[in-house]
Amino acid sequence: MDVLTGLAQWFAQPLQFEFVQRALLVSVVAGAVCAVLSCWMTLVGWSLMGDAVSHAVLPGVVLSYMFGLPFALGALVFGAGSVALIGAVNRTSRVKEDAVIGVVFTAMFALGLVMISRVPSQTDLGHILFGNVLGVSDSDIWQVLILAGVVLAAVWYKHRDLTLYAFDPVHAHSLGISPRLLETLLLGLLSVTVVVALQAVGIILVVAMVVVPGATAYLLTDRFERMLLISVAVAVAAAVTGVLASFHLDVSTGGSIVLAQAAAFALAYLFSPSHGLLRRRAPAPA
Amino acid sequence: MSAAIEVEGATVRYGDVLALDEVSLTVAPGRVCGLLGTNGSGKSTLFKTLLGLVPADGTVRILGRTGAAARKEGLIGYVPQSEQVDWAFPVRVRDVVMMGRYGRMGPRRRPRAADREAVGRALERTRLTDLADRQIGALSGGQRKRAFIARAIAQESAVLLLDEPFAGVDKRSEATVTELLLQLRGEGHTLLVSTHDLAQVPHLCDEALLLQRRVLARGTPEQVLRPQVLMEAFGVHPEEEATWTS
Ligand SMILES: Nc1ncnc2c1ncn2[C@@H]1O[C@H](COP(=O)(O)OP(=O)(O)OP(=O)(O)O)[C@@H](O)[C@H]1O
Ligand SMILES: [Mg+2]
Repeated sequence: MDVLTGLAQWFAQPLQFEFVQRALLVSVVAGAVCAVLSCWMTLVGWSLMGDAVSHAVLPGVVLSYMFGLPFALGALVFGAGSVALIGAVNRTSRVKEDAVIGVVFTAMFALGLVMISRVPSQTDLGHILFGNVLGVSDSDIWQVLILAGVVLAAVWYKHRDLTLYAFDPVHAHSLGISPRLLETLLLGLLSVTVVVALQAVGIILVVAMVVVPGATAYLLTDRFERMLLISVAVAVAAAVTGVLASFHLDVSTGGSIVLAQAAAFALAYLFSPSHGLLRRRAPAPA
Repeated sequence: MSAAIEVEGATVRYGDVLALDEVSLTVAPGRVCGLLGTNGSGKSTLFKTLLGLVPADGTVRILGRTGAAARKEGLIGYVPQSEQVDWAFPVRVRDVVMMGRYGRMGPRRRPRAADREAVGRALERTRLTDLADRQIGALSGGQRKRAFIARAIAQESAVLLLDEPFAGVDKRSEATVTELLLQLRGEGHTLLVSTHDLAQVPHLCDEALLLQRRVLARGTPEQVLRPQVLMEAFGVHPEEEATWTS
């Protein structure tokens, strides 16, 4: 058996299983949506915000399970709520923003932990924290697809304004385009995106999905449109590789996806022709 | 006919620092007004007041409209003293200049042929056509300055606010930019230009305003550039001042 057939086998064999197909669908869609957002996250410098929102949704997810509501509902309320709370505390105290973020997201996460220890055990903390993409329900899939559609539509409609905001908010203001409104839109999209990614990789690793693909693409190009394409390509490739590797090796799916993304980042970091560490430098003057 | 730029009794404080004290200014349409004053005299603050970027007492009217209405209509083009932007941002010079057109586009900001033409012309007028496809950070300081002037030109706004467009620009570019500003005036734009290059003022400006937190002098360049007036503002003779800043 030659290498090519072996590789084809490696890809094809798991696809016979419906749960693998579903896991692939969710991971690829979530990965792509996160990758799109990650481009603005890297450029605006909001990685910590991504981490904050993902942790802060925990109480919402627990409440959703308790009351049998769609997980996305509680998660969205708490995600957007914590973003608003961070903004409010930031504006009304002298504490620096990163400290405010640190206070709010850990408090929310702690609240979730306390709540989960009081509710009946059909909610599996492990699944919420680390994802359970091999066991997603139909309802989970629909929630992911709908929210992903909402984010992509909003980005399609407003991507140039978001880039304007990321690059030069003062210019936006001078054109009568409110930077405040664009910031709110971007934060709102981040909240929804985080919820999309929860199903694929769980709370702990969501931040990777909204940072790593964009950061990788940023190392490879100086054009924003290309950055979007590269970022999505990296995320989709990582999702496919991650899901299949986790099937074959029987290891964590979320972990595999994020590791695949990290590998892509490492390659770009070292070998990017334009910005890589090992790129060919101009010879030093003698 | 209403003034193009009208500020009345503008007072701005940064905490305890009084940056502007009851400053008033009127510029008629189609004129170039030079804004002069030492470092820290409040020139940039006056620009920010015109744009509503700092909380200010007093009133601002642009072509008879409130500041907010004028911005919405795209009447104000602004070139800040120093751009607070990330120079490594993945945009080309051409993309940056295109951002000047956003106020004229639909909600998706999709450029049409007219927008591309305006961008092309603005790049040409600032002599940046050959550099248009470079990443914005891959320009020299003076070229960056010109790129943001190009953005304001592409905006085709009635009023142009230029905060030290000649800072860090060599003599040839300075001549290019001055020529350009005079052309823009000829096309009916109103310009407010801050500068430390006093020698340039009589050639470029129809009128001038000397600022030192409050208005020290206003009038024609000849009236404002009188030695006694400058002594009061700069504390030195203008020629000496010129040698410091060049
Ligand atoms: N963000 C700020 N916070 C506090 N004080 C400020 C701030 N910006 C400016 N100032 C102060 O306000 C005064 C006016 O500053 P401004 O920048 O308007 O001066 P300028 O005339 O533009 O000077 P320059 O010629 O150096 O550009 C100065 O005393 C300055 O220290
Ligand atoms: Mg200034």
